[in-house]
Amino acid sequence: MSALGVYLPGDSPLHRAPAGAKLLGLTLAEAGAVLLPGPWSVGAALAVVAGLYAFARVPFRVAWAQTRPILLIALLVGGFQMFGAGVDRALVVAGQLVLSVSLAGLVTLTTRSADLLDVIERGCRPLRFVGVDGARVALVLALAIRAVPVVAALTQEVREAQRARGVTGGLTAFAVPLLVRTLRYADNLGEALAARGVDD
Amino acid sequence: MIRLDDVGHAYGDRTVLRDVSLRLTEARVGVIGANGSGKSTFARLLNGLVVPTTGRVTVDGLDTRTKGREIRRRVGFCFTNPDAQIVLPTVAEDVAFSLRRSGLSRAEIAAKVTDTLRRFDLSDFADASAHLLSGGQKQLLALAAILIMEPSILVCDEPTTLLDLRNASMVSELLASLPQRVVLVTHHLHLLDGFDRVLVFDQGRVVCDAAPSTAIDHYRRLMR
Ligand SMILES: Nc1ncnc2c1ncn2[C@@H]1O[C@H](COP(=O)(O)OP(=O)(O)OP(=O)(O)O)[C@@H](O)[C@H]1O
Ligand SMILES: [Mg+2]
Repeated sequence: MSALGVYLPGDSPLHRAPAGAKLLGLTLAEAGAVLLPGPWSVGAALAVVAGLYAFARVPFRVAWAQTRPILLIALLVGGFQMFGAGVDRALVVAGQLVLSVSLAGLVTLTTRSADLLDVIERGCRPLRFVGVDGARVALVLALAIRAVPVVAALTQEVREAQRARGVTGGLTAFAVPLLVRTLRYADNLGEALAARGVDD
Repeated sequence: MIRLDDVGHAYGDRTVLRDVSLRLTEARVGVIGANGSGKSTFARLLNGLVVPTTGRVTVDGLDTRTKGREIRRRVGFCFTNPDAQIVLPTVAEDVAFSLRRSGLSRAEIAAKVTDTLRRFDLSDFADASAHLLSGGQKQLLALAAILIMEPSILVCDEPTTLLDLRNASMVSELLASLPQRVVLVTHHLHLLDGFDRVLVFDQGRVVCDAAPSTAIDHYRRLMR
C-alpha cells in the first residue's frame, strides 16, 4: 500500500524527468485546467491524465487510492453546483477538482520528496528578501506529508480505545482525545527536530 | 566526558531535579527510577535540549547553555516514540535529512545513506514510506538517522518502551553493539546487564550510583 502523495519507486520517463520541470508543468497544467471551457474538454483532459498515470506505470490500485478521497469531495461540490449553476457547470467544476488533485498526485508519486523539496527550496530563494526561508518552507511541506499516516494511525487508535471502553459519544468525545494525541505528537516531533539540529 | 555541577532544574516553580553532580565517562550508563522522578529531564540536559535552571552541564568542556549546537552534534538523542522521530516521508530520505548541513556532496550523502541502511537491515525499505515499517524497524530507522551523524555519545530515553518483545530485543541488541558511549534511560531493567554504572533517580535526586546489581536492588527496595 502506498500512502497518499508518497513517492512510488519506478523508472518511467516521468520518474526520470527533473523535479523542477514536473513542478513547472504541473503549475501550467493546473492553470490550464481552470480555463477549460466545457464538460467535454474536462473529460478529455481527465483521459489524458489517466493516460499519464498508465505511462508512469502507476498500478491501478495506487491510482485509485490516490483519487478516491477527492472523488467524494467532487461529488459533493458537483451536487451543490447542480442546483445553482446547472449540470454542465457542475460537471466542469467537479471534473476540474479531480483533474488538479490527480495531476498533483501524479507528480508526488513520480518524484522523490527530497527532490521536490530541493526544487521548492531553490524556487523560494528569490523570496528570501521578503523573509521567506525556502529550506523551512520545504521542511514544513515534508512534515505535512509525513504527518498524514501518523495522524491517520492516531485516529484509528482513538477509535479503538473508544470502542474498547464502549464509548459511543458524539464528536467531542472523539475530537478531544485525538487533539490531545496530535498535540503530543507535535510536541515530540519538535523535540526530535531540535535534537537533529534543525534549529541550530 | 559529560560533567554536571550542582545541577538543578525547575519547570516554572516546580523543582524536578536538584543537587546533581556527576562525571559520566563510562561506556554504558543506565538510568532508572520511578515515573516522574526526573529521568527524562536529566537525559535532555545531556544534549542541551533542556538547559538547567541552576548549575551547569558540560560535554567535553562545552557548556550546554552556550554551545548547544556543537553539543547536539556530539550527543545523539533517541526518543521513546519512533513515529515522532521520523521527519521525512520515506526511509532513505529521513536518514539523508541528518546530513543536509554536512557539506557532503549529493553522491557522498547517497553512498553514506546506502551504507547506513545496510548496517541497520533497512536496505529493502530505502524507498518505502516510513509508516510501513514495524515499530522496531521505525526505532532502528530513528537510530540510523542519529548514528549517521557519528555522535560520540548516544542518549536514549526509553527506546524500547513502546515495542513488543521481539522489536525491543532487536533495538537493545543494536544498542549493545554500538562503539558509541551510551546513556540509557529505561524501565526494562534486564537491558542493564553488563552496564558499567547505573544511576537511580528518586524525586529529582540521584539516590544510588553503583554497579547494575546494587543499583537495581536499591530501586526495587524503593518501589516497595
Ligand atoms: N515540559 C514540562 N513542563 C512542566 N513539567 C514537566 C515537563 N516535563 C516534565 N515535567 C514534570 O517534571 C517531573 C519529572 O518528569 P520526567 O519526565 O523527567 O520524569 P521521568 O523520570 O522521565 O518519568 P517517566 O518514567 O514517567 O518517563 C514530572 O513531575 C513531570 O510532570
Ligand atoms: Mg521519562
